[in-house]
Amino acid sequence: MPVMGLTGNYAVAHAVRLSRVEVVSAYPITPQTTIVEKLSEMIEKGELNARIIRVESEHSALAAVYGAASAGSRAFTATSSHGLLYMHEVVWWAAGSRVPLVMAVVTRAIGPPWNIHVDHQDIMDQRDTGWIISMAQENQEVLDLTIQAFRISEDPRVYLPMIVGLDGFILSHTRAPVDVPEQELVDEFLPPRRQPYVISPETNLVMGNIAPDDVHFLMRYSMAEAMEAAKRVIEEVDREWGKLTGRSYGGLVECYRCEDADYLAVITGSWSGDAKVAVDKLREEGIRYGVLRLRFIRPWPAEKIAVHAEGKKGVLVFDRAISMGGYGPLFSDVSATLYGSRISLEGVIAGLTGVDVKPRDFAEAMRRFASEVDEKGFVYKPREWLLPRKYRENPEKIREVARIWS
Amino acid sequence: MGRVGPAESGRALLIEIRFHGRGGQGAVTAANLLVDAAILEGKYAQAFPHFGAERRGAPVVAFARISDRPIQIHSQIEEPDIVVVLDPRLFDLVDPLEGLKPGGYVVANARENPVSRGDYNVWCVDATSIALSLGLVVSGWPVVNTTMLGALSRATGIVGLESVVKAIKSNFPGRLGEANAAAAERAYREARPCPAGPGGSGG
Repeated sequence: MPVMGLTGNYAVAHAVRLSRVEVVSAYPITPQTTIVEKLSEMIEKGELNARIIRVESEHSALAAVYGAASAGSRAFTATSSHGLLYMHEVVWWAAGSRVPLVMAVVTRAIGPPWNIHVDHQDIMDQRDTGWIISMAQENQEVLDLTIQAFRISEDPRVYLPMIVGLDGFILSHTRAPVDVPEQELVDEFLPPRRQPYVISPETNLVMGNIAPDDVHFLMRYSMAEAMEAAKRVIEEVDREWGKLTGRSYGGLVECYRCEDADYLAVITGSWSGDAKVAVDKLREEGIRYGVLRLRFIRPWPAEKIAVHAEGKKGVLVFDRAISMGGYGPLFSDVSATLYGSRISLEGVIAGLTGVDVKPRDFAEAMRRFASEVDEKGFVYKPREWLLPRKYRENPEKIREVARIWS
Repeated sequence: MGRVGPAESGRALLIEIRFHGRGGQGAVTAANLLVDAAILEGKYAQAFPHFGAERRGAPVVAFARISDRPIQIHSQIEEPDIVVVLDPRLFDLVDPLEGLKPGGYVVANARENPVSRGDYNVWCVDATSIALSLGLVVSGWPVVNTTMLGALSRATGIVGLESVVKAIKSNFPGRLGEANAAAAERAYREARPCPAGPGGSGG
């Protein structure tokens, strides 16, 4: 198949088709809806031999694909924001049961107020669940990651479900060139489904019953071990995909202009591209940043981050989410990873609730951090705010708007 | 990359385009078709709608980027190189020239120059008449998006007419595609620069 113009959501649908998914269940929510619209169209046309289970909520959607996957089917669901929160209980059940499964999360802010635009609050909320969590920068990567997700999730060293994160609207509704591979190539790459156990009328298997506490403890321990093992699997899969398609992304992380950089910007998702544009611009001013783009949030790429940060003067972390009363989620983990390194560290909260962050905004934050590190020698600032430009330029406006709740 | 954009300087040529239309006129589809045409020419491209609710008849915008290199930038377009205006009366409702780079292109569905200010390359085409004559009408509204792509190709050269026609036909098979392709071809022939007349201040 030639290069096609596809939205991020249609790229997901094509990947699901090529992965020969057998069961799909989802509940519509913007900006996820067009994934499942496209899939039902493909099923109707006979391009995909799968069943769609119609449900009344996201909680049931994931329960349905979790059941189908437990029974041996390759299964897929997709959601966003409030839908993801509503299915949150089953998110834990699927991971704890070690059932391979793939879910697309089209990132979107969480209300109130009602807001359909991008931030990472919804996907970051899944960090502790035991799902592998990836984030794409481009539509091509969305397709590649979705196909890889089945391979990673169904690897016997892993047996954990996987989330493919793509930014709402910025990727999901943006049409861009995507090289859609041939079925034969994907068949060669993706072996028949494997999973730790299959529920059937013939098997004697109890699921979800009360287990001895120490056994439950071991289940938690083995999940954490599987997450560690997934790091190697992710790297292997990325390399193999690269051999087949020419597209290898670097595995857990991608580092842009890192080698000769004095500073690193750590970031994830589509806005990483805008940060790269800012880095190019700052090079002209003699300020040398690299962009360390996290392609995976779980497992946390600690070793890769430590290696890339070594010898840098400072690491600036951009979070599109916040743990209220704490820090940006990426910052917390980066900070834990770099403990004791004496590398300057700053966390920036930006781009929440769909607020656009442009290369010049990134450049502003990068410039400020670099000059502060150069001036003071060491900086540790866990939570700085990059407010929307109009409030940065006119702080009086903040008081005007905030009087409603203060 | 046609006649628009910075001169060769070793940097990637990135052209940013904003479409102004009314909900239902097909501005989003125009941006999508433009991307498909660019892909046919081996270029990199993005098309995205304004991220929000749209209503039939209300002013809407859609965006596109075209480049000879992979496009990293994902934030919104503020300073387009080109604006395409699907309905001349939009000039009374919104400001299609907002942020348009000096020397930028305005490609308008209009018989006369609708631009009252600035140093722009203004091109006109009577897209409504072309669309009506070819029966491109949905719910009583002329749909001028494909017509305007023909004019855009002629005015700016960012994509060739042949690619526009191919993109239209692959998105709309059969007679619908034929009619839309014919509209683009006619607009390509009929589009013309329309500097402001003696009484105008634009051009």
